[in-house]
Amino acid sequence: MSTAIESVVDSTAAAVRARALGKRYRAKWALRDCTFELPAGRVAALVGANGAGKTTLMSVLAGLLDADEGSAGAAGRVAFVSQEKPVYRNFSAADMLRLGARLNVVWDEARARRWLARFEIPLDRSCGKLSGGQQAQVAFALAIGSRPDVLMLDEPLANLDPLARREVTAELLGEVDETGMTVLLSTHVVAELSGVADYLLLLAHGRLLAGGDLDELLGRHVSYTGPRSDVPPALGQVVEARHTDRQSTFLVELPEGQPRPVVAGPWVERAPTLEDYVLAQLEATRKGVRA
Amino acid sequence: MEFRIDRSSGLPAYLQLVRQVREALRLGWLGPGDRLPTVRDVVARSGVNANTVLKAYRELELSGLVEARQGSGTFIKAGLGSTDPEVMAALRTRLAEWVREARAAGLDTEDVDALVRSVLADEDGDQVTAGEGVAVR
Repeated sequence: MSTAIESVVDSTAAAVRARALGKRYRAKWALRDCTFELPAGRVAALVGANGAGKTTLMSVLAGLLDADEGSAGAAGRVAFVSQEKPVYRNFSAADMLRLGARLNVVWDEARARRWLARFEIPLDRSCGKLSGGQQAQVAFALAIGSRPDVLMLDEPLANLDPLARREVTAELLGEVDETGMTVLLSTHVVAELSGVADYLLLLAHGRLLAGGDLDELLGRHVSYTGPRSDVPPALGQVVEARHTDRQSTFLVELPEGQPRPVVAGPWVERAPTLEDYVLAQLEATRKGVRA
Repeated sequence: MEFRIDRSSGLPAYLQLVRQVREALRLGWLGPGDRLPTVRDVVARSGVNANTVLKAYRELELSGLVEARQGSGTFIKAGLGSTDPEVMAALRTRLAEWVREARAAGLDTEDVDALVRSVLADEDGDQVTAGEGVAVR
């Protein structure tokens, strides 16, 4: 049971680790100088613009692609569901489960079946006749049934309607709670991540812009709005500055390990949402020098 | 009780949960001795990460509002409205007077709200800037 407050995730052990990881396609680097450690038991969101290297990073971490430099590793067994959510068109969901049982060292049939039942997926119909969303559920069931230590999902929510997105996230978080597995999921739906992900990996142009505990990361950032000014009212790294004739808005990363500055006068401060933060970061790299 | 996350809020998800427990206490939906939903229940019903729920419960425990009992769950320990009702009533009367004065001076609700916030910010210094203080007063 996980109700006792003591049963906090051991944050010292890394479930996924990358050191100076790089991958290139011919001359173009899709991923470069990527270093991070994802602690076990976390639910990490991998976020970035199209072509930022998310799929490449996941494929390398899952062992499907070889890195060109650096190293990567995951603790324990890894399951990876690619964006296409692959299933065999002529196989029924039940066939897919049999396949899962044969191909995996560890297989939890009940768990896989529970997932399919939860989403009312017919077991006897061939996957080719299922909707895109239902096919995705079969792929998820297979991944869940293999009882991975690390589950990587590339755009798991992409083809799902809003209700299914909510249900899949809730089910997934339930599985995390029960099994203690680590999840790394890439997504564009940043606004829906609050309370779902507790760790963020932000990629842009193949490089890691930011990585870390979500609350910590956001807690270090403040958004200030006030009269037109060239500088923000508090010291720190300006992530984003916007100006109109009379008003300025800054997203500032406060220096680490210092008390939060008290800003008085005409300035209004606000805690940025995850979406504010991600968009500002991505915008900043777009304006910056091309990688 | 049922938790929900406001995804448009910059307040960290775990602090949103903390705030909802405090609100439920204030409104009398929860009282001393009541059990908070298990982490698993919150995860299943509200689609919130278990780590987030644990962090919220830990925060509530640190502030003395709840206690975790081994194997049986997390329980409300103390009520929030521990201030003397008479003192509360007196404060309320004076505040109502002040609000009338503010209205007479032409302030609308938003102005009053802004003024209260700025005074609180001055008084509390760095406490309020984190969005929501979790200390029990």
